[in-house]
Amino acid sequence: MVASNAKPDGVAVMKPDSSALEVLGLTKRFDRLAVDSLDLTIHAGEFYALVGPNGAGKTTTLRMVAGLLRPDAGGVSIFGIDALENPVAAKQVMAWVSDEPMIYDKLTPLEYLEFVAGLWGIAPSVSEPVAQELLSSLGLEPHRRERCEGFSKGMRQKVALAGALVHDPRLIILDEPLTGLDAVSARHVKGLLSERVRAGCTVIMTTHILEVAERMADRIGVIASGRLVAEGTLTELRQQNGHADTSLEDLFIALVTLQEAA
Amino acid sequence: MSSATALSWFARHELRLAWREWLAMMTGGRRRRTRVAVIGLLLFAALLHVPAWAVIGRFADLQLPLDKSSLIVISATIFLAWTLMLSQAIESVTRVFYARADLDLIMSSPAPLANLFSVRIAAIALTVTTMALLFSTPFIDVLVIGGGPRWLAAFGVVVAMGLSAAAIAIAVTILLFRLIGPARTRFVAQILAAIIGAGFVIALQVAAIISYGTLSRFTILTSGAFAEHAPDVDSIWWWPARATMGDSEALLLLLALGLVLLGSVMAIFSGRFADTAIEAAAYGKSGRRITKERPFRGGSRQQALRRKEFTLLWRDPWLISQTLMQLLYLVPPALLLWRSFADSSAALTLITPVIVMAAGQLAGGLAWLTISGEDAPDLVATAPLTPSGIIRAKIEVVLIAIAVIFCPLVAVLAFASPAQAAITAAAVIISAASATAIQLWFRVQARRSQFRRRQTSSRLATFAEAFSSIGWAATAALLLALPIAGLISGLITAGLVAITWKFSPRRE
Repeated sequence: MVASNAKPDGVAVMKPDSSALEVLGLTKRFDRLAVDSLDLTIHAGEFYALVGPNGAGKTTTLRMVAGLLRPDAGGVSIFGIDALENPVAAKQVMAWVSDEPMIYDKLTPLEYLEFVAGLWGIAPSVSEPVAQELLSSLGLEPHRRERCEGFSKGMRQKVALAGALVHDPRLIILDEPLTGLDAVSARHVKGLLSERVRAGCTVIMTTHILEVAERMADRIGVIASGRLVAEGTLTELRQQNGHADTSLEDLFIALVTLQEAA
Repeated sequence: MSSATALSWFARHELRLAWREWLAMMTGGRRRRTRVAVIGLLLFAALLHVPAWAVIGRFADLQLPLDKSSLIVISATIFLAWTLMLSQAIESVTRVFYARADLDLIMSSPAPLANLFSVRIAAIALTVTTMALLFSTPFIDVLVIGGGPRWLAAFGVVVAMGLSAAAIAIAVTILLFRLIGPARTRFVAQILAAIIGAGFVIALQVAAIISYGTLSRFTILTSGAFAEHAPDVDSIWWWPARATMGDSEALLLLLALGLVLLGSVMAIFSGRFADTAIEAAAYGKSGRRITKERPFRGGSRQQALRRKEFTLLWRDPWLISQTLMQLLYLVPPALLLWRSFADSSAALTLITPVIVMAAGQLAGGLAWLTISGEDAPDLVATAPLTPSGIIRAKIEVVLIAIAVIFCPLVAVLAFASPAQAAITAAAVIISAASATAIQLWFRVQARRSQFRRRQTSSRLATFAEAFSSIGWAATAALLLALPIAGLISGLITAGLVAITWKFSPRRE
């Protein structure tokens, strides 16, 4: 059985009906409710963009999915693996990239990738050529032997992204991956992510750049006050709101304003 | 805004920054703790009067004129305090160059940079002097109470020493920049600060061991041979000692010398201070350290984690300077061990507590760096490893590093006294394990660069770690001399570690 997903340009893409991620009733409270009984299903091989205003609960949701935060309630399933019951197996198939690139200043990009591959138990004969290829495609090849301490934020972000890709994950979760990247680097990263999706990988990404979500994502989820207020392809979102020619930005503002008023 | 107003405004800004940096260090960055920190500091200062009384109370009656031996002991003590101030000043200067985030703002402002950096140099001198005054006050108090107000002159000596230490630290750091560049200066300055801080005491101990076979540095200072080679009692070398004891002429000259030195450094180096700061700031953005490329290595996930930790420890300048300091303290006992190797001297027993103490302290620092100081916590937490597997790998790194450093010492000791070596080895393991456990129970997420602030995150952990190292060192020493007392000391220390665990934050 397959499900039909329409690209923003209207071209239908057939996806196998297996879910990469299933989130059920996910709840997290800090001093206020950050994520409120969130249900979310993301199909395998899908590029999913999660958008929302600051403090909407996007990062908290993804941190719970990545196993960095324990939810107060609810469940997370990654390719059928219960991530709360069996976190090690779930982590084996996914990668997390945060908005603040956390890498080791005293390691070179190559040493960093060797470490990440080692953590995921990838054989050196497999990981080394992949690492070299990633550094090359991200424009880091000339810097591969330099320690990361002198790198700009964009370069650090690219090293972190290479780390996420070196163990060939089936699910990649990215929190604002394009922050701090110049136009050329951003294009590189977007190209790399699209390539991964074409190869069957699932990508979930939060972004404030709505144009990126509009152009790259198969489906878009709008989150506000810890709840998923709308979800679908751009066409579906437009239909839900009754504005056929509206941009994602206008739709986003309308949805968020509506949620805040409620 | 006139130039004078701008300068006084900038001076206030500098003092506010220095005060907040100090407060953050004392409170671990938690504002609510300010009152507790102030009360704690006052209590600590009050308590410090007790050891101060024990150490120098008996010297309060000393009067001028003094014989050469007394002048030597007082001057050496003052020089030791000065080296510690110099060590702290070098660290302060390095911090201003590399860690302050306001250089872009200052250097893009229309204010004359030489003037602004003169103020910054003065602020460094003031910080160093204030810290020195804080620590010396209990000792001077004891002398004033016991020997009269003439000892108040010692405060003036501390001020003169603070000014000169700051001046020399700035000159040395800027000269290092010119000679070896910003990349190496940071590292060398840290090593230099560590060596200067410990160097003088160790040099005296080494001289005492070589000449008299004892660890006591006073043996060499009070020896006739040393007095023979010392300058006359009228020499300017004794000014600090004479000024401390109330010689107002010597005190005024010292203060003048300190001010002239600082003024000269301001005049000569304030312009270069700006250039140096620019280079240091640029280094952070463009510094390139090339590392030799080698093929990827295989192994388990834990092995990958251990390899990463070892690489980072090896490349950590703070750790190297701290480790070097700990190792420097091991030089005198190692020398004593070598000297006493042939005989079964009682002095040999002194080696055990020093080794055990150093192992505990070093293990605490290493454990903080590997367990708490994780620069990519998200990466490690999202890796397919259990949390216990991650912690285990990190603890193994600490224990392996301790074993590599201390095994040779224990092995050499085993040739001289197998029983002492066995007790030393057991105490090293227990001391290192206790310090590591305390760091594990009180772990906090931090960046490795925050290493020097590790002691402020939990005062309880800091004191527990220190007392545990001292306790296990005492236990080992007592087991060699008086086994029953050693057993009691061991039980007390184990109890202390258990109480620390009881008070540690609960975790899931």
